[in-house]
Amino acid sequence: MIKFLIEKEFKQILQNKFLLALIFVFPTFMLLLLPWAANQEIKNMKLSIVDNDHSTYSERLTQKVTASGYFQLTDFSPSYNRALESIDAGKADIILEIQPEFERDLFKTGTARVMISANAVNGMKGGLGSMYLVSIIRDFSQELLAEQGLTSKKTIMPFINNVPYYLFNPHLNYNVFMVPALMVLLLTLLAGFLPALNIVSEKEVGTIEQLNVTPVRKTTFIFAKLIPFWIIGFIVLTVCMMLSVFIYNLTPVGSLATIYLYAGIYVLIVSGLGLVVSNYSATMQQAMFVIFFFMMILILMSGLFTPVSSMPGWAQVITIFNPMRYYMEVMRAVYLKGSAMTDLLPQLITLCGFAVFFNGWAVISYRKRS
Amino acid sequence: MLIAIQTENLTKQFGSFTAVDNISFHVLRGEIFGFLGANGAGKTTAMRMLCGLSKPTSGSGEVAGYDIARQPEKIKKNIGYMSQKFSLYEDLKVWENIRLFAGIYGMKTPEIARKTDEILHSLGFASEKNTRVKSLPLGWKQKLAFSVAIFHEPKIVFLDEPTGGVDPVTRRQFWELIYQAAERGITVFVTTHYMDEAEYCNRISIMVDGKIEALDTPKNLKRQFHADTMDNVFYQLARKATRKSD
Repeated sequence: MIKFLIEKEFKQILQNKFLLALIFVFPTFMLLLLPWAANQEIKNMKLSIVDNDHSTYSERLTQKVTASGYFQLTDFSPSYNRALESIDAGKADIILEIQPEFERDLFKTGTARVMISANAVNGMKGGLGSMYLVSIIRDFSQELLAEQGLTSKKTIMPFINNVPYYLFNPHLNYNVFMVPALMVLLLTLLAGFLPALNIVSEKEVGTIEQLNVTPVRKTTFIFAKLIPFWIIGFIVLTVCMMLSVFIYNLTPVGSLATIYLYAGIYVLIVSGLGLVVSNYSATMQQAMFVIFFFMMILILMSGLFTPVSSMPGWAQVITIFNPMRYYMEVMRAVYLKGSAMTDLLPQLITLCGFAVFFNGWAVISYRKRS
Repeated sequence: MLIAIQTENLTKQFGSFTAVDNISFHVLRGEIFGFLGANGAGKTTAMRMLCGLSKPTSGSGEVAGYDIARQPEKIKKNIGYMSQKFSLYEDLKVWENIRLFAGIYGMKTPEIARKTDEILHSLGFASEKNTRVKSLPLGWKQKLAFSVAIFHEPKIVFLDEPTGGVDPVTRRQFWELIYQAAERGITVFVTTHYMDEAEYCNRISIMVDGKIEALDTPKNLKRQFHADTMDNVFYQLARKATRKSD
């Protein structure tokens, strides 16, 4: 019996030109555009320098900062207040003020002071910018120390220099980090929205009535609805992975089988949620808004943009109930680190639990009788 | 079993509104039973309860020998249903719709294919087999919906205003189809607003404000209400309605 229902779903999907275009065009656009737009790396911050010292060393520091590539020197302000004005005017994002007697202090006491003031209207940008600036200045001071060690006869204190080595993303390429996460986002959106609109559209058109009056079993009905979205999920994932090879030269380090296994379970979860929403909705408009609400929570609480570990405690608790969070972890781990299924067993069990929960709910909430 | 449908004080309430109010009647096997009533009288609600689409609030009933409250899925195996609103898949082709529903009722592919050709041929639709349903004219859609409803040879077929909005010639053809089905032993339960169609039925009931006010053969009803047409009988009864029609 289920064969005929699945066949019918496919016939409807295949002759829906919009849906077919969506399945291919949507992933392409997302993968082409979003990694660049969702990039949180800070570059070209507008820097205003207030050099109150005008010495060789302050000049060297200025050059070092501008040579880093993160900052774009917009102006030298004569005073700190003038620099603040250019922040107000939007001409600068960050100020580096070099105190008078910078060079003299440096030689006399070994310490000198600079001040960093960042515009924190965009907190992320301000924070990252000042962090970069601090590390450049630290680097500068180490340079000075090293020079001193060569020229002076004083024994210098040994110091430890941390050189981080980025194991799984050696070039710190942000795209590499974002692409697997975007695949998760795409699967979530497509596998969430399409089923959510599906049953309710049959309600609006009235065709559900003709099915409800047949002896079709509720589980059969729900599975016949799920399986097509499941297959669409695999197609979308495959399209995404091929695109990421062509566009970003990014191939998964881990096994494809692991990726597909987890994707299969994940799509079932999201489609199940979509069907539940569809069952409770009377109109497509209603279903659309309700699923939108859930999608927003899934996405924002998944660690896609903000790492879960940097969320406040209560938000971290919410992420425990977010299937997308687990699948995001899996995709990043398998894609970038090459984790195997044995490393991801907790996620497997949790995701299976979610799949059973949502699809069970979908079967129960589908009513053949009012 | 001589009785196809029977109900005992069947009632459906939506909040404080009683859509179907204690109706009791029976339909014999092989009968063409006309279920009449003004708009909003409760015909569709009653029919939906009989088909297992709606739970009765109280009262009991049996359709094809199964209890309507407890065994709705068993009933569904034995009935065909054609709703008031056309509800086949408009985006599928004619044969695809037939295949889907026949498949759901458990028919096998070769049998479906053979019978599809046979039925389309007898309807004079053979050339429309591959047409998408949305591009068929209304009369043809209704005939198709009826054919789908009886394709799996149900014991009873429920037709909710099957000829609404259809031209007289097609209506006539439609009733020929109903007669053919009845001759094959299918019990027909039909609602209509056309009094000429009421005359085609073996027996009819007339619902007013959720209650069955009259039930008999058209001939007896006319005699009982001293009317020469069914139109007149209907008018006498429907006039008593206090419920607003929609």
